[in-house]
Amino acid sequence: MDWQGQKLAEQLMQILLLAFAVVAFATGYISGSFQMMVLIYAVGVVLTTLVTVPNWPFFNRHPLKWLDPSEAEKHPKPQEAVSAKKKPAKNSSTPTQEAS
Amino acid sequence: MHSFGYRANALLTFAMTILALMCTLASLSDNFNSPTPSAHVKVVNINRFQKQPKGNDEVSMQLNISADLQSLFTWNTKQVFVFVAAEYETLKNSLNQISLWDGIIPSKEHAKFWIHTSNKYRFIDQGSNLRGKEFNMTLHWHVMPKTGKMSADKIVMSGYRLPDEYR
Repeated sequence: MDWQGQKLAEQLMQILLLAFAVVAFATGYISGSFQMMVLIYAVGVVLTTLVTVPNWPFFNRHPLKWLDPSEAEKHPKPQEAVSAKKKPAKNSSTPTQEAS
Repeated sequence: MHSFGYRANALLTFAMTILALMCTLASLSDNFNSPTPSAHVKVVNINRFQKQPKGNDEVSMQLNISADLQSLFTWNTKQVFVFVAAEYETLKNSLNQISLWDGIIPSKEHAKFWIHTSNKYRFIDQGSNLRGKEFNMTLHWHVMPKTGKMSADKIVMSGYRLPDEYR
Protein backbone atom coordinates (compact mmCIF):
# COMPACT_ATOMS: atom_id res chain seq x y z
CA MET A 1 0.00 0.00 0.00
CA ASP A 2 1.45 3.37 -1.01
CA TRP A 3 1.27 6.64 0.94
CA GLN A 4 -1.88 7.94 -0.70
CA GLY A 5 -3.46 4.52 -0.40
CA GLN A 6 -2.84 4.58 3.36
CA LYS A 7 -4.44 7.99 3.67
CA LEU A 8 -7.40 6.83 1.59
CA ALA A 9 -7.79 3.66 3.69
CA GLU A 10 -7.86 5.62 6.96
CA GLN A 11 -10.34 8.19 5.69
CA LEU A 12 -12.56 5.51 4.15
CA MET A 13 -12.55 3.58 7.42
CA GLN A 14 -13.57 6.60 9.51
CA ILE A 15 -16.24 7.84 7.12
CA LEU A 16 -17.78 4.42 6.55
CA LEU A 17 -17.92 3.56 10.26
CA LEU A 18 -19.44 6.92 11.20
CA ALA A 19 -22.01 6.68 8.41
CA PHE A 20 -23.04 3.19 9.45
CA ALA A 21 -23.24 4.29 13.08
CA VAL A 22 -25.58 7.17 12.22
CA VAL A 23 -27.80 4.97 10.03
CA ALA A 24 -27.86 2.19 12.65
CA PHE A 25 -28.76 4.53 15.49
CA ALA A 26 -31.47 6.30 13.53
CA THR A 27 -33.03 3.04 12.32
CA GLY A 28 -32.85 1.48 15.78
CA TYR A 29 -34.36 4.50 17.49
CA ILE A 30 -37.18 4.91 14.99
CA SER A 31 -38.09 1.22 14.88
CA GLY A 32 -37.64 0.98 18.66
CA SER A 33 -35.32 -1.97 18.35
CA PHE A 34 -31.91 -2.03 20.02
CA GLN A 35 -31.15 -5.31 18.29
CA MET A 36 -31.68 -3.70 14.89
CA MET A 37 -29.13 -1.00 15.72
CA VAL A 38 -26.49 -3.51 16.78
CA LEU A 39 -27.16 -5.69 13.71
CA ILE A 40 -26.85 -2.85 11.20
CA TYR A 41 -23.71 -1.60 12.87
CA ALA A 42 -22.19 -5.10 12.92
CA VAL A 43 -22.83 -5.44 9.19
CA GLY A 44 -21.22 -2.02 8.72
CA VAL A 45 -18.10 -3.01 10.65
CA VAL A 46 -17.72 -6.21 8.62
CA LEU A 47 -18.15 -4.33 5.32
CA THR A 48 -15.68 -1.64 6.36
CA THR A 49 -13.18 -4.34 7.33
CA LEU A 50 -13.51 -5.95 3.91
CA VAL A 51 -13.06 -2.61 2.14
CA THR A 52 -10.19 -1.07 4.10
CA VAL A 53 -8.14 -3.84 5.71
CA PRO A 54 -6.99 -6.00 2.76
CA ASN A 55 -4.40 -4.49 0.44
CA TRP A 56 -6.66 -3.88 -2.58
CA PRO A 57 -5.20 -2.75 -5.93
CA PHE A 58 -6.87 0.67 -5.71
CA PHE A 59 -4.69 1.49 -2.69
CA ASN A 60 -1.60 1.07 -4.90
CA ARG A 61 -2.20 3.56 -7.70
CA HIS A 62 0.58 5.95 -6.71
CA PRO A 63 3.77 3.89 -6.38
CA LEU A 64 6.90 5.67 -5.13
CA LYS A 65 9.42 6.54 -7.83
CA TRP A 66 12.84 5.76 -6.41
CA LEU A 67 16.00 7.29 -7.89
CA ASP A 68 18.15 5.07 -10.04
CA PRO A 69 21.09 3.56 -8.06
CA SER A 70 23.58 5.14 -10.47
CA GLU A 71 22.13 8.58 -9.58
CA ALA A 72 22.66 7.95 -5.86
CA GLU A 73 26.30 6.98 -6.34
CA LYS A 74 27.07 10.37 -7.89
CA HIS A 75 26.04 12.07 -4.60
CA PRO A 76 27.55 10.03 -1.73
CA LYS A 77 26.45 10.73 1.84
CA PRO A 78 28.92 12.68 4.02
CA GLN A 79 29.09 10.01 6.74
CA GLU A 80 32.68 9.87 8.09
CA ALA A 81 32.93 13.38 9.45
CA VAL A 82 29.67 13.22 11.44
CA SER A 83 30.28 9.90 13.17
CA ALA A 84 33.87 10.77 14.12
CA LYS A 85 32.84 13.97 15.88
CA LYS A 86 29.96 12.45 17.80
CA LYS A 87 31.74 9.51 19.43
CA PRO A 88 34.18 11.31 21.78
CA ALA A 89 31.45 13.77 22.78
CA LYS A 90 29.22 10.92 23.91
CA ASN A 91 31.92 9.30 26.08
CA SER A 92 32.83 12.47 27.95
CA SER A 93 29.21 13.20 28.81
CA THR A 94 28.85 9.90 30.69
CA PRO A 95 31.66 9.77 33.27
CA THR A 96 29.77 7.37 35.54
CA GLN A 97 30.47 4.50 33.21
CA GLU A 98 34.20 4.94 33.68
CA ALA A 99 33.94 5.02 37.45
CA SER A 100 32.16 1.70 37.63
CA MET B 1 -1.97 2.20 8.23
CA HIS B 2 0.95 0.58 6.42
CA SER B 3 0.22 -3.05 7.26
CA PHE B 4 -2.71 -5.44 7.54
CA GLY B 5 -2.39 -5.62 11.34
CA TYR B 6 -2.21 -1.85 11.77
CA ARG B 7 -5.33 -1.30 9.71
CA ALA B 8 -7.25 -4.07 11.50
CA ASN B 9 -6.25 -2.63 14.87
CA ALA B 10 -7.19 0.94 13.92
CA LEU B 11 -10.56 -0.19 12.56
CA LEU B 12 -11.41 -2.27 15.60
CA THR B 13 -10.46 0.49 18.03
CA PHE B 14 -12.49 3.10 16.16
CA ALA B 15 -15.47 0.75 15.75
CA MET B 16 -15.56 -0.01 19.49
CA THR B 17 -15.27 3.68 20.40
CA ILE B 18 -18.26 4.47 18.18
CA LEU B 19 -20.20 1.54 19.64
CA ALA B 20 -19.60 2.91 23.15
CA LEU B 21 -20.80 6.30 21.95
CA MET B 22 -23.95 4.79 20.44
CA CYS B 23 -24.71 2.97 23.69
CA THR B 24 -24.26 6.21 25.63
CA LEU B 25 -26.65 7.99 23.29
CA ALA B 26 -29.16 5.15 23.57
CA SER B 27 -28.95 5.41 27.35
CA LEU B 28 -29.41 9.19 27.22
CA SER B 29 -32.43 8.83 24.91
CA ASP B 30 -34.28 7.21 27.82
CA ASN B 31 -34.56 10.66 29.38
CA PHE B 32 -37.14 11.61 26.75
CA ASN B 33 -39.47 8.96 28.16
CA SER B 34 -41.72 10.09 30.99
CA PRO B 35 -43.49 6.97 32.29
CA THR B 36 -47.01 7.00 33.65
CA PRO B 37 -47.44 3.59 35.27
CA SER B 38 -50.53 2.62 37.20
CA ALA B 39 -51.16 -0.17 39.69
CA HIS B 40 -53.88 -1.50 41.90
CA VAL B 41 -53.66 -4.13 44.62
CA LYS B 42 -56.74 -5.55 46.30
CA VAL B 43 -56.77 -7.82 49.32
CA VAL B 44 -59.50 -10.29 48.41
CA ASN B 45 -59.41 -12.42 51.53
CA ILE B 46 -57.39 -13.04 54.69
CA ASN B 47 -56.86 -16.81 54.63
CA ARG B 48 -55.04 -17.10 57.89
CA PHE B 49 -54.00 -14.67 60.61
CA GLN B 50 -52.18 -16.36 63.45
CA LYS B 51 -49.59 -15.98 66.12
CA GLN B 52 -46.71 -18.41 65.64
CA PRO B 53 -45.46 -20.40 68.67
CA LYS B 54 -42.40 -18.12 68.73
CA GLY B 55 -44.64 -15.09 69.12
CA ASN B 56 -44.49 -13.62 65.62
CA ASP B 57 -47.67 -12.74 63.76
CA GLU B 58 -48.20 -14.38 60.39
CA VAL B 59 -50.76 -13.47 57.73
CA SER B 60 -51.76 -15.36 54.63
CA MET B 61 -53.89 -13.45 52.16
CA GLN B 62 -55.36 -13.58 48.66
CA LEU B 63 -54.28 -10.69 46.46
CA ASN B 64 -55.51 -9.22 43.22
CA ILE B 65 -52.66 -7.35 41.60
CA SER B 66 -53.23 -5.39 38.42
CA ALA B 67 -50.73 -3.02 36.88
CA ASP B 68 -49.96 -1.27 33.64
CA LEU B 69 -46.21 -0.73 33.36
CA GLN B 70 -46.04 -0.48 29.56
CA SER B 71 -44.87 3.12 29.66
CA LEU B 72 -41.70 2.04 31.49
CA PHE B 73 -40.49 0.22 28.40
CA THR B 74 -38.37 2.00 25.82
CA TRP B 75 -36.15 0.60 23.09
CA ASN B 76 -33.34 0.46 25.63
CA THR B 77 -35.20 -1.57 28.28
CA LYS B 78 -34.15 -5.16 28.83
CA GLN B 79 -36.58 -6.09 31.58
CA VAL B 80 -38.40 -4.76 34.58
CA PHE B 81 -38.34 -6.36 38.02
CA VAL B 82 -41.44 -5.66 40.04
CA PHE B 83 -42.44 -6.53 43.58
CA VAL B 84 -45.31 -5.80 45.93
CA ALA B 85 -44.41 -5.03 49.53
CA ALA B 86 -46.50 -4.46 52.61
CA GLU B 87 -45.13 -1.46 54.49
CA TYR B 88 -46.13 -0.43 57.99
CA GLU B 89 -44.84 1.31 61.06
CA THR B 90 -44.30 -0.22 64.51
CA LEU B 91 -43.09 1.25 67.79
CA LYS B 92 -39.65 -0.26 67.27
CA ASN B 93 -39.17 0.39 63.57
CA SER B 94 -40.44 3.32 61.55
CA LEU B 95 -40.52 1.24 58.37
CA ASN B 96 -41.22 -2.48 58.08
CA GLN B 97 -41.14 -3.75 54.53
CA ILE B 98 -42.30 -7.26 53.66
CA SER B 99 -42.17 -8.49 50.10
CA LEU B 100 -45.35 -10.42 49.28
CA TRP B 101 -45.04 -11.07 45.57
CA ASP B 102 -42.53 -10.38 42.81
CA GLY B 103 -42.10 -10.94 39.11
CA ILE B 104 -39.90 -10.23 36.12
CA ILE B 105 -41.49 -8.56 33.12
CA PRO B 106 -39.47 -9.45 30.01
CA SER B 107 -41.19 -7.25 27.44
CA LYS B 108 -43.70 -4.50 26.83
CA GLU B 109 -46.33 -7.06 25.74
CA HIS B 110 -46.29 -8.55 29.24
CA ALA B 111 -46.25 -5.22 31.04
CA LYS B 112 -50.01 -4.92 31.41
CA PHE B 113 -51.01 -7.75 33.68
CA TRP B 114 -53.56 -8.94 36.16
CA ILE B 115 -52.83 -11.67 38.67
CA HIS B 116 -54.79 -13.38 41.38
CA THR B 117 -52.50 -15.00 43.92
CA SER B 118 -51.87 -15.73 47.55
CA ASN B 119 -48.79 -14.06 48.96
CA LYS B 120 -45.73 -15.70 47.37
CA TYR B 121 -43.48 -14.91 50.35
CA ARG B 122 -44.61 -15.28 53.94
CA PHE B 123 -45.98 -12.20 55.65
CA ILE B 124 -44.46 -12.48 59.12
CA ASP B 125 -43.97 -9.62 61.53
CA GLN B 126 -41.03 -9.46 63.93
CA GLY B 127 -43.28 -9.49 66.99
CA SER B 128 -47.03 -9.34 67.33
CA ASN B 129 -47.92 -5.93 66.06
CA LEU B 130 -50.21 -6.85 63.20
CA ARG B 131 -53.66 -6.92 64.84
CA GLY B 132 -55.67 -3.96 63.56
CA LYS B 133 -52.56 -2.61 61.82
CA GLU B 134 -52.90 -0.03 59.06
CA PHE B 135 -50.48 -0.72 56.23
CA ASN B 136 -49.54 0.39 52.74
CA MET B 137 -49.23 -1.81 49.69
CA THR B 138 -46.33 -0.58 47.63
CA LEU B 139 -45.53 -1.63 44.09
CA HIS B 140 -41.79 -1.22 43.57
CA TRP B 141 -40.07 -1.63 40.23
CA HIS B 142 -36.51 -1.69 38.99
CA VAL B 143 -35.96 -0.92 35.33
CA MET B 144 -32.98 -2.76 33.84
CA PRO B 145 -31.82 -1.07 30.65
CA LYS B 146 -29.74 -2.67 27.92
CA THR B 147 -27.13 0.01 28.42
CA GLY B 148 -26.90 2.58 31.15
CA LYS B 149 -27.98 3.00 34.72
CA MET B 150 -30.68 0.98 36.46
CA SER B 151 -33.51 3.02 37.87
CA ALA B 152 -36.18 2.29 40.46
CA ASP B 153 -39.44 3.83 41.53
CA LYS B 154 -42.66 2.87 43.32
CA ILE B 155 -46.36 3.46 43.70
CA VAL B 156 -47.63 3.62 47.26
CA MET B 157 -51.22 2.54 47.89
CA SER B 158 -52.56 3.24 51.36
CA GLY B 159 -55.71 2.41 53.24
CA TYR B 160 -55.25 -1.28 54.02
CA ARG B 161 -56.01 -2.67 57.45
CA LEU B 162 -55.51 -6.06 59.03
CA PRO B 163 -58.30 -7.61 61.18
CA ASP B 164 -58.44 -6.92 64.90
CA GLU B 165 -58.54 -10.61 65.87
CA TYR B 166 -56.59 -13.73 64.89
CA ARG B 167 -58.44 -16.17 62.68
